[in-house]
Amino acid sequence: MLLKQISVFAENRHGAIRDITAVLADADINIRALSIADTTDFGVVRLIVDRRKDALAALHKSGMTVIETDVLALAVDDSPGTFHEALVALTESNIMIEYCYGFVSPKAGLATVILKCDDEEKALGCLSSKGFSLLSADDIKY
Amino acid sequence: MSYHIHNPEAETMPREKLHALQSERLCATVKRVYENVPLYKNRFDEMGLSPKDIHSIDDITKLPFTLKQDLRDNYPYGLFAVPMDEVVRLHASSGTTGKQTVVGYTEADMKIWGEVMARTIGAGGVTKSDIGHISYGYGLFTGGLGGGLGSETIGCATIPASTGNTRRQVTILQDFKPTFILATPSYALTIAEFLDANGISADELSLKAGFFGAEPWTENMRAEIENRLKLKAYDIYGLSEIIGPGVAYECQCQNGLHVNEDHFYLEIIDPETGLPMPDGEEGEIVFTCITKEALPLIRYRTRDVGKKLSGQCDCGRSFVRMIKPAGRTDDMLIIRGVNVFPSQIESVLMDMQGIAPFFQLVVEREGNLDKLTVLVELTERTFTDEVRKLEAMSRQVTAAIHSVLGISAKVKLVEPRSIERFEGKAKRVIDKRTQANY
Repeated sequence: MLLKQISVFAENRHGAIRDITAVLADADINIRALSIADTTDFGVVRLIVDRRKDALAALHKSGMTVIETDVLALAVDDSPGTFHEALVALTESNIMIEYCYGFVSPKAGLATVILKCDDEEKALGCLSSKGFSLLSADDIKY
Repeated sequence: MSYHIHNPEAETMPREKLHALQSERLCATVKRVYENVPLYKNRFDEMGLSPKDIHSIDDITKLPFTLKQDLRDNYPYGLFAVPMDEVVRLHASSGTTGKQTVVGYTEADMKIWGEVMARTIGAGGVTKSDIGHISYGYGLFTGGLGGGLGSETIGCATIPASTGNTRRQVTILQDFKPTFILATPSYALTIAEFLDANGISADELSLKAGFFGAEPWTENMRAEIENRLKLKAYDIYGLSEIIGPGVAYECQCQNGLHVNEDHFYLEIIDPETGLPMPDGEEGEIVFTCITKEALPLIRYRTRDVGKKLSGQCDCGRSFVRMIKPAGRTDDMLIIRGVNVFPSQIESVLMDMQGIAPFFQLVVEREGNLDKLTVLVELTERTFTDEVRKLEAMSRQVTAAIHSVLGISAKVKLVEPRSIERFEGKAKRVIDKRTQANY
């Protein structure tokens, strides 16, 4: 299944990320995973949160530029070579990865990697058919 | 199609009759300013000119020009042609550059203002059964009170919404059901953005016409406003020194702005030589107030660039049309020797898919080279999660600016609403070069 990630535009200025976290803290939103893409002039803050709809509403209300993006949350055993196997499967299916970032999964012994591929549906099919475990929105609401 | 005309007797007056009226009014005004305004008496005397030398409107070229600097030098009331006892209203320009300029109105001037603004709004088909929403700033700025005056002169229920608090304005638009709106074009788009962000359809509003001015805008911006707010967007033109909004207005043909010629006489001159430009050629817009009492400026150089449009308009008005300003001569920037009007950059941005028309030009000097940075506000429609696409977008803007203006600019994407707004107008230019660098 696909997971919705929140992406927020952040100018390259003092306090830009702080402004985003302030909104989330006020709305009592828990950040599960976070990655920041940065360029010289701006950044894109990518977030996986526990209550996505509330987070979106709060960010909108404070006038931020926010969109949702479909990503995959791949859960693998926290041991050497497991993520590599998933990448082998994706590469063989000719799927490109736009970006990825990892976070520690609450389930003991599991590591989670957020993957944004050029074709999310295809990647989903590829990984599911090979028996990889993918997290849903419910899996991160704990 | 039938065209609505607020005051057919004036607006469709035969040209010969208009010529006679303008001549009579100019002669009376010239006499009045000579007797009451020391600046004009001195200028006329220096030129060896007497009010008696002015016999018709065709003699207007014999008269001296009035400059913005003259208003500043005679700050605040030095150019008034009536005693302060007769002045019932004062407005002042924003004064973003130099000293602010003060303008005054007598009771009769207020009537003229109401009349010319009523014609302006009426030209969009508005009648007294309509409800007007005035989103120009109420205060020293002429937009709000002038717009409201025109709406009330027609007999419309008038909502003095003023600027700001878009949420509240949208509630008013939904609940009070105004049928026309007056605002800056950029504020109209702010409202459209708000509707989008909050999932409100323009169908929930009752607007059929919008009158937009006070800042330069483009045909693309018109199309965007018309589509997103589901109304017909009319361009209006005015400046406080002449009367405020109501100097010239578009009719339902949306092809050039009719000048309220029975009150304001239009000339297009060569800004270098001061000589009249041949009809149809672009030059500096010059206006003479031929009926105003408190501040009847003679041949006021607006520093706006425009031209007269020849031929009769389908609407039946006899008033001459001018093409909307291509930019103000004083807004023009010279960057690395190239003339740049902020409105040109706006056109470039409006042609790009999904870019907000909110931008700011920052001009700096590094070493001996001028550096232009264009700040462009992102919108959610433009924003993408992929950095690569965002970077491609700024490169596209840079390329488009280069192809239109021939200069390279650095494009910086910024957060929505981060560019400072001033009286509903986005502040478009920040010039950090010092005077000595020009």
